[in-house]
Amino acid sequence: MSATDTSRYTGPVGDSPIGAGLPTEEMIINMGPQHPSTHGVLRLILTLEGEVVADVDPDIGYLHRGMEKIAENRTYAQYLPYTDRFDYLSAINNNLAYCLAVEKLAGIEVPERAQYIRVVFAELNRIASHLLFLASFGNDVGATTVFLYGLRERELIVDLFEMALGARLTYSGLRIGGLPYDLPEGFAQACRTALPQISERLAENDRLLTGNRIFEARTRGVGVMSREKAIAWGLSGPTLRGSGAAMDVRRDDPYCVYDRLDFDVPTFEEGDCLARYLVRIEEMRQSMRIVEQCLKQMPQGEVRAKLPRVFKPPAGEAYGRTEAPRGDLSMFVVSDGSTNPCRLRVRAPSFANLQALREMARGHKIGDIVAILGSIDIVLGDIDR
Amino acid sequence: MIAAATSPSELYVWLHGLWQRTGLPEGWWLVLWAVLVAAVTMAFVLLTVMILVWLERKVAGDIQSRVGPSRVGTRFGVLQSGADALKLLLKEDIIPACADKPLFIIAPFIVFVPAFMVYTVLPFGRGLVAENLNLGLLYVVAVSALPAVGFIMAGWGSNNKYAILGAVRAVAQLMTYEVPLGLALLTVVMAAGSLSTVDIVKYQGGLWNIARPPLLLAFVVYFICAMAEVNRIPFDLPEAEAELVAGYHVEYSGMRFAMFFMGEYAYLFFVSGFATTLFLGGWHGPFLPPILWFLIKTYAIILLMMWIRWTYPRLRIDQVMRFGWKVLVPVALVNLLWAAFAFAR
Repeated sequence: MSATDTSRYTGPVGDSPIGAGLPTEEMIINMGPQHPSTHGVLRLILTLEGEVVADVDPDIGYLHRGMEKIAENRTYAQYLPYTDRFDYLSAINNNLAYCLAVEKLAGIEVPERAQYIRVVFAELNRIASHLLFLASFGNDVGATTVFLYGLRERELIVDLFEMALGARLTYSGLRIGGLPYDLPEGFAQACRTALPQISERLAENDRLLTGNRIFEARTRGVGVMSREKAIAWGLSGPTLRGSGAAMDVRRDDPYCVYDRLDFDVPTFEEGDCLARYLVRIEEMRQSMRIVEQCLKQMPQGEVRAKLPRVFKPPAGEAYGRTEAPRGDLSMFVVSDGSTNPCRLRVRAPSFANLQALREMARGHKIGDIVAILGSIDIVLGDIDR
Repeated sequence: MIAAATSPSELYVWLHGLWQRTGLPEGWWLVLWAVLVAAVTMAFVLLTVMILVWLERKVAGDIQSRVGPSRVGTRFGVLQSGADALKLLLKEDIIPACADKPLFIIAPFIVFVPAFMVYTVLPFGRGLVAENLNLGLLYVVAVSALPAVGFIMAGWGSNNKYAILGAVRAVAQLMTYEVPLGLALLTVVMAAGSLSTVDIVKYQGGLWNIARPPLLLAFVVYFICAMAEVNRIPFDLPEAEAELVAGYHVEYSGMRFAMFFMGEYAYLFFVSGFATTLFLGGWHGPFLPPILWFLIKTYAIILLMMWIRWTYPRLRIDQVMRFGWKVLVPVALVNLLWAAFAFAR
């Protein structure tokens, strides 16, 4: 991404008011790819002026697996498990974007029950992903205990997924045309037991972290992104809504059965780390509302449309757009009429969101970089693919 | 006769008597006695460090709804610290190729030794103090500033950018919080009229210092400074894991790392014990033996610090500095003035 020569940097010499007249030098420091706070294998090239970050240059690609190219050598059904590994913290949402695109391409009508179940899964996955955000963000600002609490709460959701799909992280839980099988018996009941518990613990977390003076001091006014800039940089998801722009694919471009569900799109005007954090906390509550409504409205019936044994969508192209936990996750599939996709392109939210890091982080302290990066909530599998 | 020897002074007299009977030179006795006292203190400090490490992990586990150590030594994992110490002893001692070798090697000692030296003036019970210095408090302030040198040496000697950043933070923080800490100590000195730790405890025979309003405020200032001095959340910036990975000791391994680690926990016990001495009446208390009272109070403060550490987020370096200079120093100064009027004789 960058051609900065880190061994011989000849940038401008700083003019810090402290020790004026003394020659100072900028310090170039490599944060990552092995660093506890870069959320995976991200390398940040920081240019430091003492504790102040003069510049930050994200270097990506350490997790590149050539996922888009692999699609061209797999049949449509074979490729589905690969989508789990894009944003592995919200595998269902990735499956969904892929399935939507392929179904649109082949003109498949998904049974209504399957649509509801897909929304339930997607929203549960969103809660799980946001809980992991809560955990890692807590850790980033030094609240180690929140890290454990976030993971503990997430466990409840992961258990639900294990019950429904048999997997705990990479579910491959959807199929082109619907779902592999119906919900297991007692799933709705299990949901209704788990979600209030999470909701209760979120309220507990509000008392532990959200209202904490130190937490506020660390996040308020840090990494501010104005509404205009956030839109101009192509941000999406909670990172965008934290800047006061109410864009949510679920509401603006509904898919599945979102148009029949009643939910709010929380936004905060401040555009700082705290706003992005609050958006996610509120979204978890909204997701619980959605799940509750789906469980109530869900009709009986088939969960999978009939597909031909050899699945060959007609030549053409389709764009499947979803709101993943990290933002607008879309997939563009081109078919030449064969069994494999001719081209697959992923519009990954983390990739677009990470671009704004430099804009947000310049001029802040090292500690803030960690908080800002955490508040963007990137997943490297989503960025590098 | 041994049972009667409850305090070092009596023990001293008894042992000295034995020595005189052997007829060996008196000068050797002084050396032997000094070595004996040092060995006992050292053993106590090392044992305390192991207990504290275990306790911290247990407390953290409990707060985070985990179990904590539970495998090595009963189901409470009491031998975990011992196993860890053994592991650190056996680990390879790595010195980075580009490190400044002498600095790198000496630094851990400069950090660890002062943390051990300050125990000299800590009164564990009536008469149970290694040396009742009449300038005890001054000694503590002077000695406890020494680790800053070790931090810088470690940071610079490691030839690592994270280490130097951690060292700069550590020294800035230590220097900043020494000032209000010193002022808080001065408040106590004003009340007790002595710099000797033993005298200060004796002064609290009737009423603990914390019950006197200006000293209550001094205690709060002292407590916050103490947390900053031992680098604990919310003041753990020098080693902020999320930012600097480990700070100034990032390049250290094995026993050299253990020296930093032990220094930190030894110092944790000391600042808590010192708080007990200065504000909580030291060994004073009903029914139980003095040393037990001292330990109970000290561990209460340690547990409070652990509770805070596992609950709060971390401050940012500029916030730490601002809080130190713009809040704590003025408060401590005004408090000192108040104390000057309150304890005027």
